[in-house]
Amino acid sequence: MTTTTAAHAEHPEHGPARGLMRWVTTTNHKDIGTLYLLFALTMFFVGGAMAMVIRAELFQPGLQFVEPQFFNQMTTMHALVMIFGAVMPAFVGLANWQIPMMIGAPDMALPRMNNWSFWLLPFAFAMLLSTLFLTGGGPAGGWTMYPPLMLQTGEALPFVIFAVHLMGISSVMGAINVIVTVLNMRAPGMSLMKMPLFVWTWLITAFLLIAAMPVLAGAVTMLLTDRYFGTAFFNAAGGGDPVMYQHIFWFFGHPEVYIMILPAFGIVSQIIPTFARKPLFGYSSMVYATASIAFLSFIVWAHHMFTVGMPLAGELFFMYTTMLIAVPTGVKVFNWVATMWRGSMTFETPMLFAVAFVFLFTIGGFSGLMLAITPVDFQYHDTYFVVAHFHYVLVTGAVFAIMAAAYFWLPKWTGHRYDERLGRIHFWLSAVSVNVLFFPQHFLGLAGMPRRIPDYAVQFADWNMISSLGGFAFGTSQLLFLYIVVKTIRGGARAGAEVWEEAHGLEWTLPSPPPYHSFTEAPEVR
Amino acid sequence: MVRRTAALAAATGLIAPAGALADYALNLRPGVTPISREVYDLHMLILWICVAIGAVVFGAMVYSIIRHRKSRGVEAARFHENTSVEILWTLIPVLILVSMAIPATRTLIAMEDTRDADLTIKVTGYQWKWHYDYLGEDVSFFSTLATPPGAFRDASLRTADYLLEVDNPVVVPVGRKVRFLTTANDVIHSWWVPDLGWKRDAIPGFINESWAQVDVPGVYRGQCAELCGKDHGFMPVVLVAKSEPEYEAWLAQQKSAKATRAAAAEKTWTLEELMQRGGAVYAKTCAVCHQANGEGVPGAFPPLAAGHPFAAGENLLAHLRERGFLDADGNIVLGPLEQHIDIVLNGIEGSAMQAFRDQLDDADLAAVITYERNSFGNDSGELVQPAAVKAAR
Repeated sequence: MTTTTAAHAEHPEHGPARGLMRWVTTTNHKDIGTLYLLFALTMFFVGGAMAMVIRAELFQPGLQFVEPQFFNQMTTMHALVMIFGAVMPAFVGLANWQIPMMIGAPDMALPRMNNWSFWLLPFAFAMLLSTLFLTGGGPAGGWTMYPPLMLQTGEALPFVIFAVHLMGISSVMGAINVIVTVLNMRAPGMSLMKMPLFVWTWLITAFLLIAAMPVLAGAVTMLLTDRYFGTAFFNAAGGGDPVMYQHIFWFFGHPEVYIMILPAFGIVSQIIPTFARKPLFGYSSMVYATASIAFLSFIVWAHHMFTVGMPLAGELFFMYTTMLIAVPTGVKVFNWVATMWRGSMTFETPMLFAVAFVFLFTIGGFSGLMLAITPVDFQYHDTYFVVAHFHYVLVTGAVFAIMAAAYFWLPKWTGHRYDERLGRIHFWLSAVSVNVLFFPQHFLGLAGMPRRIPDYAVQFADWNMISSLGGFAFGTSQLLFLYIVVKTIRGGARAGAEVWEEAHGLEWTLPSPPPYHSFTEAPEVR
Repeated sequence: MVRRTAALAAATGLIAPAGALADYALNLRPGVTPISREVYDLHMLILWICVAIGAVVFGAMVYSIIRHRKSRGVEAARFHENTSVEILWTLIPVLILVSMAIPATRTLIAMEDTRDADLTIKVTGYQWKWHYDYLGEDVSFFSTLATPPGAFRDASLRTADYLLEVDNPVVVPVGRKVRFLTTANDVIHSWWVPDLGWKRDAIPGFINESWAQVDVPGVYRGQCAELCGKDHGFMPVVLVAKSEPEYEAWLAQQKSAKATRAAAAEKTWTLEELMQRGGAVYAKTCAVCHQANGEGVPGAFPPLAAGHPFAAGENLLAHLRERGFLDADGNIVLGPLEQHIDIVLNGIEGSAMQAFRDQLDDADLAAVITYERNSFGNDSGELVQPAAVKAAR
């Protein structure tokens, strides 16, 4: 492999074009990966600002800062921006940067489509965010967009739906690109069962995307025709069924949840072995567990809607299937712990985030198991207990994994080491504040506080205030992350090819930063 | 814990009732029905199982993090797979899950058994209030938030039950199996009293069945749990459980109140009487959207005060224009009386304006329309009698 790299260095560099047009017309997986990641970071701060509005309003009982209707717009937009604008594009950005380098390919298989799938996003989000300035404001019916409430949205409705369509097209194209790349462009000798786990989890995620996103597009299109073309898919008075929307939505929505966590599993499975200096425990069981989770994700959707009044048999079925998910998820957690066991660990920032991921994602898993129990879910459903649950899996799960990945691969991407001391400070600030933010929300939910309310009864005051303080601290801490990233891009100590002491994988055989085209000659994998 | 949070509350000048904090702060409540106690036990069982698993997994992780560090000079082991271990930690969780599923299934079956109820109450969700109908008893009423709007901004006006207080609570007899039928009039709501151990969605066009048998007399408070629009946070549920004789007395009183209301619809009212009653109805029913000063909310809820400009989506403006309530300059005008009665009675399809024909009686409708046409600077001097509303139905 070293000879390949050396040979590559002799080639003249096929550098990128200069100026703004480089980014508009680029078909290079690294440039597009960078665009995705920067877009995701921007949206992370936009969605975060909305979260700050929410936590400010909930700091004390009473209405202080915003009107209830605007509050509902904030909760709706916060979710849409974070899910479709921050977490998903961040994973696609990581896939773009890493998959070709990890499988020994020169680039993604479909570079022009890659460009298009990114450039749809700024337009989709410009349209989505612009609805906040329309008469009647932005969407306020929750990110789940349940009718009939969603049909009461003002002028914003068609813009939101079209934006969702664009995001869906972008995601599906990104997914096709990943599948084609992984299946066709692996270096000789890299059989499927030799692929790094990040590539495996992304391959499975891509199939989930292709299966799930069109379902969402169908659901929102039916909303559109119900509103503007006189159909009655979801209108009981016209023979339709509002609950059918929820079934269709969650048939998309549950796979979507795993779309946002499977790549995170992959990232953590790369990082823990590196810093434990020990191979991943149970590689093949990790692959099978990921595939099982993906399969199960299509038969558990109705656990998001246990309170709609399904027949007993349906409630039991979805309770049992949902509980089953705990098995492959447990296997993954046990494997990570077994990887750490008797390793020789060091705790640089990526490892800190990865270990925190295992802890805190597991807490989210426990509350998920509790939520699976239908009779008790009748109490938990639509309370802050649910809010705490999904923020544990999405913030301390998905977002922490993305940050771990950023610290892990930033030296590879930029050729500069990030400031380790600042990275650790960022980790500790984030890890402490995120728990102050979300852990008390379990108590609020159990005590009876519903979700999506702008004002609350006085007995919820204490924990809301603590949660808000944690929220402000967490939000502020992320400015440090921005500073560290910018600083690393601009300069810093030189990073060698291998970056980390025990880093294994093709990406570490390339120099840091890697050449514009990763592997022009396929490396050999033994 | 209580002391720390109380200190924090005191430090920020927040008044928190200590009693409420003690019962309410950390955990689910056992509630007051046999089912709610089963649900609570199930919750605690699963919580402790999770805590036990967590102790093992996190214990191993923490041990490893402390002991297996490079800085302690540990050489990494090379093991990386073991099929029997994988099978073991697949099978053990399955057994644990089965042990959870058995009691959960038993409780769920009991919760869904709505047969042999002693009494049925139909609960209908409206934006943003609840309607209760005692089937077979000819007793029905709306239940709306009783917190004065001023309290949202002024903490000194808040009671201990801030946002959890209503004008007419739903009343049930203790020790009897009460069946609740939930449905909705406009969007999806969810009816929830934590002390009963469940919530159930109220869905337009569908009727869901649930039941509860309250064993302890008392007042139990809950809220709408499904996002239902602007005032989702302001439609609480208050349930009062009374002993059998007290419940019967309450029922009789409801029936006589209904007869009084029927008589009111028959008589001829003076402007003053109508204005007084109309003001009260307006404050309770209309002010939530059109605002206490009749000036509405730009973009969403039109003003009722003539002469005010209104900017909104073309859909909504067209509705107002064709009914004669909007002039060419985009200002609100006082439209014809028949149209006004029609809008309040039947609502405006495709807008947030609801039909109030079933929500208010003839006297209330006549009073509130009279009030709207003679307040906020409107001075039509017109007087609407209940008989006119009856004729328009």
